[in-house]
Amino acid sequence: MQVTSSVREALVTGNKTVHDVTEDICRQVEGKPTKSWMLGMAISLGALAIGAYCVFVLLWEGIGVWGLNKTVGWAWDITNFVWWVGIGHAGTLISAILLLFRQKWRMSINRAAEAMTIFAVICAACFPGLHMGRLWLGFYWALPLPNTFGSLWVNFNSPLLWDVFAISTYFTVSLVFWYIGLIPDFASIRDRAKNKISKAVYGALSFGWDGAAKTWSRYETVALILAGLATPLVLSVHTIVSFDFATSVIPGWHTTIFPPYFVAGAIFSGFAMVLTLMLVTRKVFKLEDYITINHIELMNIVIIITGSIVGIAYITEFFIAWYSGVEAEQYAFINRAFGPYWWAYATMMTCNVISPQLFWVKSIRTNIAATFILSIVVNIGMWFERFVIIVTSLHRDYLPSSWAMFYPTRYDVGVYLFTFGLFFTAFLLFAKFFPVINMAEVKSIIKSSSLKEKN
Amino acid sequence: MESNKHFVLGVYDDEDVLLKAVTKVRESGVKIHEVYSPFPVHGLDEVLGYKRTRLPKAAFMFGLLGTCLALTMQIGMLGFDWPMIIGGKDFFSIPPFIPVTFELTVLLSALGMVGTFMIVSDLKPYKKPRLMDIRITDDKHVMAIDLAKNKMSKDDIKKVVQGSGASEVNDKDFED
Repeated sequence: MQVTSSVREALVTGNKTVHDVTEDICRQVEGKPTKSWMLGMAISLGALAIGAYCVFVLLWEGIGVWGLNKTVGWAWDITNFVWWVGIGHAGTLISAILLLFRQKWRMSINRAAEAMTIFAVICAACFPGLHMGRLWLGFYWALPLPNTFGSLWVNFNSPLLWDVFAISTYFTVSLVFWYIGLIPDFASIRDRAKNKISKAVYGALSFGWDGAAKTWSRYETVALILAGLATPLVLSVHTIVSFDFATSVIPGWHTTIFPPYFVAGAIFSGFAMVLTLMLVTRKVFKLEDYITINHIELMNIVIIITGSIVGIAYITEFFIAWYSGVEAEQYAFINRAFGPYWWAYATMMTCNVISPQLFWVKSIRTNIAATFILSIVVNIGMWFERFVIIVTSLHRDYLPSSWAMFYPTRYDVGVYLFTFGLFFTAFLLFAKFFPVINMAEVKSIIKSSSLKEKN
Repeated sequence: MESNKHFVLGVYDDEDVLLKAVTKVRESGVKIHEVYSPFPVHGLDEVLGYKRTRLPKAAFMFGLLGTCLALTMQIGMLGFDWPMIIGGKDFFSIPPFIPVTFELTVLLSALGMVGTFMIVSDLKPYKKPRLMDIRITDDKHVMAIDLAKNKMSKDDIKKVVQGSGASEVNDKDFED
């Protein structure tokens, strides 16, 4: 017997039947692109084109076209890298960790969140690649491939190499996890397809899925084990990203709090991006019955928790810098808050520490407009967090004669724009041609958590 | 091949009815070929009498392979092929090898398990599925009974399926 909770909110509203789920989700895949989709695509492709020009100039001229100097050797490149990787984390968190905790509310949002993860990781990977300058040689510098330098291998002792392994593993496992989930839904589209091209494409993508009980049983085991594997993986990835800084000797980077603090920040920014995307998607594709106010509220609660952890981390860093008695460390933090980049620090504190606290008010965390604005504010704040950590720690060297400021050039902005174009183009293509909601999973909870069964 | 060509299909609208029906049909001595569903129905594998999959063991073995491969590669390359002390870390310093080892363990475990799943479930691109009913991927659960593997007559089987709560009972023949 199915048990329905009288305490919890329904996860699917609108008295949906199993057939309704298929109809509602397949509608945008089968129909013609809407005007809003076309407009979004045009803007994304425009950004991609401008960005691609900047990437071309960067590869042609070298990274001298960026605003980096002898003192500030990392700036927007690594800021953007860490920011995009962080955004990716919410997808895996929703699909893996919430699956292990048996949180059924993940089911309407996991597909799009996982897609977001994959596209965000691709965008992230652009930056370490491009900042090497000679991208075509990067494979030999980053992967243990036999090469013409004799038997000189990559340095396995370096956190930068750990990053390569972490990001590529994370990308591959996320992609596999996402694709496995898509197979049954592709089969649904295949069986409804009316024209030859759709039949052939979705037929190929669905891998001959026939819905057999034995395959479903194995499928569920695979999903659970992948979730078990992806959970430590997602925590390890941002931990390893933080090692890029933490294992160095730069004041302001050399702190043991970095791994958990980076992971919390990643989940914080990732959930904000999921909210930004899902609020638009539910409106454009009319999915209000599947992504309900309840879902939005639960995601906002995650933002309050992770935002608060990030806030505590900022204060702890300051305290430890003072308590350590190391002058260079103390100066690095005073310089962050009151030095020439005080405005970046103030933006970070306002966006990340103060703004998410507004979600303690129920009317704000259940308000769509407020959530949309705050989700963007959080993402801006998290970009500034990475900028503050990287640039303010580097721009005042041990030698005051080397002190310098960083000013971004049009190519710094352009390459960042390139990744935005790439991300939104990929996401819009996904939203049009793939089912944005995991139909099979939502169908499995219709009985236990729809309003129809409760009433 | 004569077997697996003629089927009786019981179509069910509800997963709870299906679960009871499977038990009932099996108790009446009818052998079920397979049950097809649009979504995973928990407990269905148990009532069908399926053994637990050994995919977790496959995942563990592939993971172990990943661990060995990663350690061998790192120790071999940095310890023997081109030994270098970098950042004061020794040739055989295991702690800095842990991140890469962990990542390769997870990578091989995941890819190996998913590959095994694809092979044992016969899932591959461009494979044409043998669909019992087009509504399986929409909202209907279908119980397929292979006539060649049952001693009962077709009519008797249909009666049993009808009595188990099926909303429709159909015939399905394949020509391959």
